[in-house]
This record gives sequence, C-alpha cells and structure tokens, in this order.
Amino acid sequence: MSQPQNNFWDSKRRQERIFKIIFTVILVLGAVTMLAPLAWMLSTSLKTPTQVFASPPIWIPSPLQWSNYPTAWSVSGIFATDTWYFLWIKMRGITFSTYAWNTLVISVLGTLGTTLSSALVAFAFARLRFPGRDTLFLLCLATLMVPAQVTMIPSFILFKTLGWYDTFLPLIVPAWLGGGAYNIFLMRQFFMTIPYELDEAAKIDGCSNLGLFWNILLPLCKPALATVAIFSFVYNWNDFLNPLIYLDSNANKTLAIGLTNFVSLYGQDYHLLMAASLIISLPIILIFLAGQKHFIKGIVTTGLK
Amino acid sequence: MATLTPLRRKEAISAYLFIAPFLLWLIFLMGGPILAAFFLSFCEWDLIGQLHYVGFHNFNEMFGFAKLTSVHQIITQGPVTLTSITTNAGAVLTLPSPSVFQEPATLAVLQGGPSGVMIQNLATVHGFLGFLLKTFGFTLLPNDPRFWSAMYNTAYITFLSVPIGMVLSVVVALLMNQKLKGIEAYRAIYYLPSVLGSGVAMAVLWKWIFNADSGLLNYFLSMITGIPISECPKWLASEAWAKPALIIMGFWNVGSGMIIYLAGLQGIPQTHYEAAEIDGANLWQQFWNVTLPGLSPVIFFNLIISIVFSFQIFNQVYVITDGLGGPADSTLVMVLYIYQKAFKYYQYGYASALSLVLFAVIMVATWVQFKYSKWVHYEGELKK
Repeated sequence: MSQPQNNFWDSKRRQERIFKIIFTVILVLGAVTMLAPLAWMLSTSLKTPTQVFASPPIWIPSPLQWSNYPTAWSVSGIFATDTWYFLWIKMRGITFSTYAWNTLVISVLGTLGTTLSSALVAFAFARLRFPGRDTLFLLCLATLMVPAQVTMIPSFILFKTLGWYDTFLPLIVPAWLGGGAYNIFLMRQFFMTIPYELDEAAKIDGCSNLGLFWNILLPLCKPALATVAIFSFVYNWNDFLNPLIYLDSNANKTLAIGLTNFVSLYGQDYHLLMAASLIISLPIILIFLAGQKHFIKGIVTTGLK
Repeated sequence: MATLTPLRRKEAISAYLFIAPFLLWLIFLMGGPILAAFFLSFCEWDLIGQLHYVGFHNFNEMFGFAKLTSVHQIITQGPVTLTSITTNAGAVLTLPSPSVFQEPATLAVLQGGPSGVMIQNLATVHGFLGFLLKTFGFTLLPNDPRFWSAMYNTAYITFLSVPIGMVLSVVVALLMNQKLKGIEAYRAIYYLPSVLGSGVAMAVLWKWIFNADSGLLNYFLSMITGIPISECPKWLASEAWAKPALIIMGFWNVGSGMIIYLAGLQGIPQTHYEAAEIDGANLWQQFWNVTLPGLSPVIFFNLIISIVFSFQIFNQVYVITDGLGGPADSTLVMVLYIYQKAFKYYQYGYASALSLVLFAVIMVATWVQFKYSKWVHYEGELKK
C-alpha cells in the first residue's frame, strides 16, 4: 500500500519542482529581455560618441559620462536649417526646461480636469436617476469605438476657429469635459460598489447631491481616483499627436515634440538622444514604481466586464 | 416619458448639471465632429481658401483605378532612352516623358490610364499588381496608390502583431500565475515597458536598437546566428524589414495584455481544475478544456480592443520615420497618411474621408469578431 503511494508523491513533487525551475528560467529570461532595452538606454546615455558605436557593444562605459545629461538638457531641440533662427532660439534660451515646464503644466491641469470631471459625471450616472440616463451612458460607451482620427480634424478646425491654435487650451479643456469615456466608466463602476445606504443616510440628513458627492462619496473613491489620475498623467505626458497638431511656436512645445525635433537634428548623437529619452521617461518610471498597484487595479476593473 | 414628480425633477436637473461637462463634450467634441467629418469628406478645403463641395471625388480618388493593358514587350540590352514605342501592329505610342533604362531589362508597354502609355520593368515590378501584370497581362493603376499602401501596411502590422502578441501575453500571464517567490516583482518588470511604450522616448530607443550597423539587435543576431552584422537585415532602413521591425517592437508591450489575462486567469474557479484532474486530465488537457474556455471572454474583449488600437498606430511610426512613412512608404500607416494629408498637404476634406474609411474598416473588423464569437464561453455566473 505505502510503496506505490511513495512513488506517486515522489514523481509528482519532482514534476512540480522541474516545472518550477523551467518557469523560473523562462521568467528570468523574459525579464532580462524586458529590461535590457532600458539598461541599454541608460548605458548609451553615459558614453562618449566613439564608445556609442563600438563593436562589440560596451555595456558599462568608463568613465561614466554624466555630462551628457546637462548637455542634452541645454541643447535646444528646435532648429531650422537657418543658422540665424538657430542663434535666435539659443539666445531666447528655449531648452528642455521650457518643454518640461509645458509638458508639466499640460499634464497636471489635464489630470486635474480628468479626475474631477470624470468623477462628477460618473456620480450622476451611478447614483442619480434622470430621464435618458441609460441611453446617454450607452452613448458614452459607444464613443470608445470611435477612432480619435475621425474627430481629430473637425476638432482641429473648431479649435482653430476659436483661436485656440498654438495654446494649451485644446490639450487641457477636453480633459475638463468629462475626461473621456474610459475614465467615466471606471469611476462609475467604482461608485457602484459603494452601498446605497450611505446616500440614503446622507439625504435623510438633508445633504444636497453636491455635498453627498464631495464630502461622502469622493473620499471613499481614493483608489479609483488615484488610478484615473495616474493613467491620465501618463497619457498627457506621453501624448504626441495632439501637441503635434495644436502647438506651433517653439516656446509652447512639449517634451515629446522636443525630442522628435532633437532626433531629426542630432540623429547620430545617440548618447545625447538616449540621455534625453531617459530624462523624459523618468517621471513615468517613478510614477509607475510608486503606484504600481493602481495601474494594475485600474486595468482589472475595466478589463473584466 | 412619464411626467416627473417635483422631487424627481429636482434630481434630474441636478443630474444634468453634473453631467454637463460630458454633454458638452459629446456635442462639441464627439457628435458634432463626427457629423462634420462626414460633411467634410465630400468637400475640399485647405482652411484658407473657399470650401468646395466635390461630391464623391475624394472617395473616387481613394478607391478608383485605371486599368492598363499590356500591348507590347521590349527587351533592352543596355543603357537606352525611350521616347516612343512602335508596336508589332505598327502603332506608334509616344511616351509622355522620355524613359531611361540603364540595365538590360524586359519592359512591358502598357496602354491606358491618365497619361495614355506607361512602361513597367517586369523584373522589378512586384506585389499584387506585378502579379496581375506578369500573369494576366494587365495591371491596375490606383488613383491613390499611397492609400492602398497605407491600408496594406496597417493591416499587415495589425494582423501579425495582434495574434502573436496575444499568444505571448497569455503565455506570460500563465507564467505569472504561478506561486513563485517574488512573482510580484516580475509582474512589475513585465508591465513597466508597456507603460512607457506609448511615449516617443521608447520609439527613439528602438530606433537606436534596430540600427543596422551599431544596434543592439543586429549585434545579438550576429552573435547567435553567426551571420556577420553587415549581412543582417537593415530593419528600419530596408523596405522589407521595416514593418517586421515595428511588429517586433510591439512585443515588448506584452505587459499590458498580461495584466488583463492574469486577472482573467485568477477568475477561473479552482474547482474546475480539480474536477478535470479527477477525470484524469493532464496539464495540456486542463489548459485546453478549462483554462482557455475560462479565459475566452477576456481574450475576446482584448482581441477587439487590440485590433482597434493597432489600426490607429502612429507615435512610433512618426518618430522612427521622421513623419515620412518609412523607406518607400513601407511603414506608411493610415493615421500617418491622414496626418500628412491634413497637416502637410492641407487637404482636410480628403483626410476626413480617409478617417471615415478607417472608422468603417475598424467597425467591420469589430463586427466580424462579434459575428464569429461562438467560441467565447461565458460562465453561468455573472461577475460584477
């Protein structure tokens, strides 16, 4: 009786152990593949121009050229082939600092708007009764299917007619108008997890809808708000097409545009390019590391309908 | 609509105030623009001059073509300049502009189309139109060949990167579902790239990695396969390898799919696996009969979303090709083409028409997926 049982347990445990080893190996290989490009970016950013093109590739250059970072930062990315224009830009001191500031302003204001307005709208969809509620919400979801390019051109024409071309307004105002269907949906799902008794208790105490929203429900939504805020910030920070269309003068451009200009001009100076890329990616990496679980939770909540 | 009690009316008014931002957006930045796009696509406008109504001209430009028939073949032996052709039948065809051919070649003389006569080198003509020419003796001259390139490129990238990406994501999710030490760290590591992925910084990095001479990829390739770096594919600099390069870049984003599948995997009740094991199913059978059906709603959802997004690829392509669409239009994707037509050539009407065609294609693709979704297995229990 015990003999065959011993054999069964042995082989099963050995099988499990072998699988665990195989999985770990694959996982580690995959993780290396995932991180290698980032490591390479960091490595290239610390090299001298000759080291960049060395073959076989150098992974850890010595000495570490930290000076690449200030250089990349201070070099203006917007050039024409015209030298006078270049000098004029240089004198006006438009550097990555300008781009970084612009990107920050747009991202922060956009994130603020998205978080606030999506919560407001979602509250109404989740908690209030009004005619047309379900139809409007279905419409809201339907807009997720519309590719951005269909509305891109008419929106551009609209904003240009309003005189908002070359300002931050086309990039910020839409965020304050509901923040997009995805965020409204996410917030609504979250609101619906809060027991309705809370609303009823508040209303019995004579609380207005706004008071109910602001003082009672919103504080309970902090995780969802964090998720919306993080996603929105990353989206605004990385946004490329919208700044490309709406921003024209160099003083207004964002980091994404600045980097592209940088590429077309300093195409071969990969050490500087990588330094600039890393600078731009750094806030996102930091936000990700700090708020991982918000990212993951956010996707899970909306991903599983 | 039933009349509202005063209380309900107050609630409704309050509600409309709350959703006012959304209503504004719906009217002015969604519904209005969509209607405007419809209207614009039947017009020609450069925002400066007059708005012209042109009917179906834009769509004819997109979808129309001329049929050219091969009337004669010439074999040249070396450097030659042709200004007119005399066919076997004795007809003399004058070329609109002199054609110079350096190498010996077999040339097909085609009649038809806007210029009347055209010459194609049978050795270098490729693709579907080349096939038509070589096999059937005629070819089609699209009114807007770049449109077809854009559609082809976008479809190529989508229908290769989405399925392969999904398989990879599922595999990675399966790995992540194991109870191994430090698995949380692995999840973060795999997910980080897709968070960064949408940014232009990553595109610049990939441009560098795919560099034909000094890039990391070719170095590894030559190390593993022994092919010298100079013979490795030129990736982003070559017509043939630019799209595969873009697809490979996309695999780095498996993290986002992984998270979704991971959640889906964790939603499959353990009892199902136990039941299968009792019935004597091995690991592969368990996967096929329990895991996959359990995951199918998530796979279905992700498939639709992935295709919709993949059709709209833009950022990476713009950065890598400097807004041009790759060597010889080989990475010209639809959104890039729309962007060029609107903001480089100022043909806002045509660009609107293009965007509507893109919209229609996405809708059709989504509809097809819904139609053939019998394979999706929905559990009896509805999860909130």
